[in-house]
Amino acid sequence: MAKPKVGYTRRSLLKAGGAAVAATTLPAPMLWAQDTKDIVLRQFGTGVSNLNDVAKKVKEDLGFTLEMTALDSDSVTQRAATQPDSFDIADIEYWICKKVWPTGNLQAMDTSKIANYDKIVGIFRSGKLTPDSEIAQGTAPHTVGFVDGPGGTSFADEETGWMTLIPTIYNADTLGIRPDLIGRPIETWAELLNPEFKGKASILDISSIGIMDMAMVCEAMGEIQYGDKGNMTRDEIDKTMAIFTEAKQNGQFRAFWKTFDESVNLMASGEVVIQSMWSPAITAVKSRGIPCVYQPLKEGYRSWGGGIGLSSSLSGMELDAAYDYINWYLSGWVGGYLMRQGYYSAVPETSKDFMTENEWGYWFEGKEATDVITSPTGDKLAEAGEVRDGGSFYDRMGSVACWNAVMDENQYMVRKWNEFIAA
Amino acid sequence: MAATPLKNRHVLGWLMALPLSVVLLAFLIAPIVMIAIVSFWGATEFSIYPAFQFDNYEFLFGSPVTYKVFGATLKYALITWALTLAIGFTVAYFLAFHVRSLTMQIALFLVCTIPFWTSNIIRMISWIPFLGRNGIANQTLISWGVIDEPLEWLLYSDFSVILAFVHLYTLFMVVPIFNTMMRIDKSLLEAARDNGANGFQTLVHVILPLTKPGIMIGTIFVVTLVMGDFITVRFMSGSQRANVGRLISNDIALLQYPSAAATAVVLLCTVLIVIAILLRFVNIRKEL
Repeated sequence: MAKPKVGYTRRSLLKAGGAAVAATTLPAPMLWAQDTKDIVLRQFGTGVSNLNDVAKKVKEDLGFTLEMTALDSDSVTQRAATQPDSFDIADIEYWICKKVWPTGNLQAMDTSKIANYDKIVGIFRSGKLTPDSEIAQGTAPHTVGFVDGPGGTSFADEETGWMTLIPTIYNADTLGIRPDLIGRPIETWAELLNPEFKGKASILDISSIGIMDMAMVCEAMGEIQYGDKGNMTRDEIDKTMAIFTEAKQNGQFRAFWKTFDESVNLMASGEVVIQSMWSPAITAVKSRGIPCVYQPLKEGYRSWGGGIGLSSSLSGMELDAAYDYINWYLSGWVGGYLMRQGYYSAVPETSKDFMTENEWGYWFEGKEATDVITSPTGDKLAEAGEVRDGGSFYDRMGSVACWNAVMDENQYMVRKWNEFIAA
Repeated sequence: MAATPLKNRHVLGWLMALPLSVVLLAFLIAPIVMIAIVSFWGATEFSIYPAFQFDNYEFLFGSPVTYKVFGATLKYALITWALTLAIGFTVAYFLAFHVRSLTMQIALFLVCTIPFWTSNIIRMISWIPFLGRNGIANQTLISWGVIDEPLEWLLYSDFSVILAFVHLYTLFMVVPIFNTMMRIDKSLLEAARDNGANGFQTLVHVILPLTKPGIMIGTIFVVTLVMGDFITVRFMSGSQRANVGRLISNDIALLQYPSAAATAVVLLCTVLIVIAILLRFVNIRKEL
């Protein structure tokens, strides 16, 4: 076996001696069930959804052990691509899936084994949130969500019954602002390069995401018309970088940030009043009593989504356990946990049972909070009477302009990005 | 018969040198050779493959950014060196010649090392709230009426980068200079005095030449530390400036190991050349 599994054979041999040998030849259900507690599934992914609370709850509800490793998105990509034997479950973003799937390290999942498959939000199936929504640019999840069969290596255009990733978590990102220091309404992405905010703007130094924010800005300024922001030509990349390099040299940016904490500190200290930001970072600034808004903009949001993929070397009992885990994941508890942090669950309706009416109203329906809103860890996030920035689920996810993407010209873009940082 | 003891002595000598050679081979030579080999490899988006190609070097030498970044790195090294030398020499001079009692000298020397009891990341980051737009420095200056508007260039600029470098690395200058100064024979200073030299002449003609090895060792420390740094530049410039270290760390983050290795090889050569030039001026070995 390529992967010594959890010592299932070894441990049960020690424990039950000959009985275990009998079990492998004549699998008796009793023994299988008993061994569930010996199963260990190794999951790795970005910090967003690799939560210890989830592992704890899995042990409680399903009986097996889930080992979590949190890495940054570059390391996640690298590991999924180069070390297939080091994980059982990969919790990755859809654009990472586009990069990693061709390596054959992940296996497609049979949707008929997913109990809540029919309830998964349309974005991840047909690509449409509602039957009449338009599909955004970039690596939209449904474009890399399906393959033709269990061994498929190329992505299918429609639902096939074989999914690459089971969607777990997603959100719509926009610019964060300090309303108290700006003092006027902000409505467009173009404001990021407005000279009014010279030396007070910031953008994130993660090329694959930063380039999309740049594209949103350049398009909003009317400087560039992109064929597809999620798959730029070399010419479009050059033009985008030129605009931002000029702005950088004119001192538009105070700093660039790479980690969550940096973005929080830049905003909280008032060094920066407008910047690309992630939803929980806004929450972190607010929790220090500093006003900060996740500003909805007329051009729409830049969205991202993550899902769970299964290692291709997963089989037998571990594979069954992984399916159990996925079904459990979509059954609501995790969804509720994530939604109370401001993310969205792939099957929102199951999460509803795990949220109070007030929480559901605030986070999903965009209603006024009727009581204090707290995070799963107990921090106060909003007072009664407050409304979520951007409104309801359908308002926010309905106005996604592009998805995080990996382009055909990715390596070229990365080099240009490096030059931009050094310029 | 005479050959046997000689041979044994050779064997013994080699054996005694063996542990160090093995350590150096395994932990110094082998990794460098590895880096040099990988620098010729190719990379896709998520993997590297063995090859012998000059693509990485071609791209490196073909990009104007490379020259700019190497220029910036040398600039940081030069300015930091000049400032740490000025401060380090003054501090060492004070400790060695103005403070008379040995106990006091040791006590004051230990005081110099206090900042090193915390991690250098913390020492670096603590500048950020101090220098920020609404930081202590700006607020104090405004309350004194020196300035009306906060000074923007205090943080996330070349100024803040060099300030952090000087703060972090001055001690590496103080220690070797202090060490050589302590070994200067005091009677030489008296002789200079007797021959009519004033304080400044003694400093320039006696102390400075005798302190050169210390200065040189300090210089090597500071120059190599600054040229190899990436984290100080990233934090203190808010990712707005780049040096070679950052170029390498960006490549690594994007899984472009061969390209990072090529940059590392070029950086290594640059640093070795700088040190070779420095060693032409002073024979350190003679003084150790």
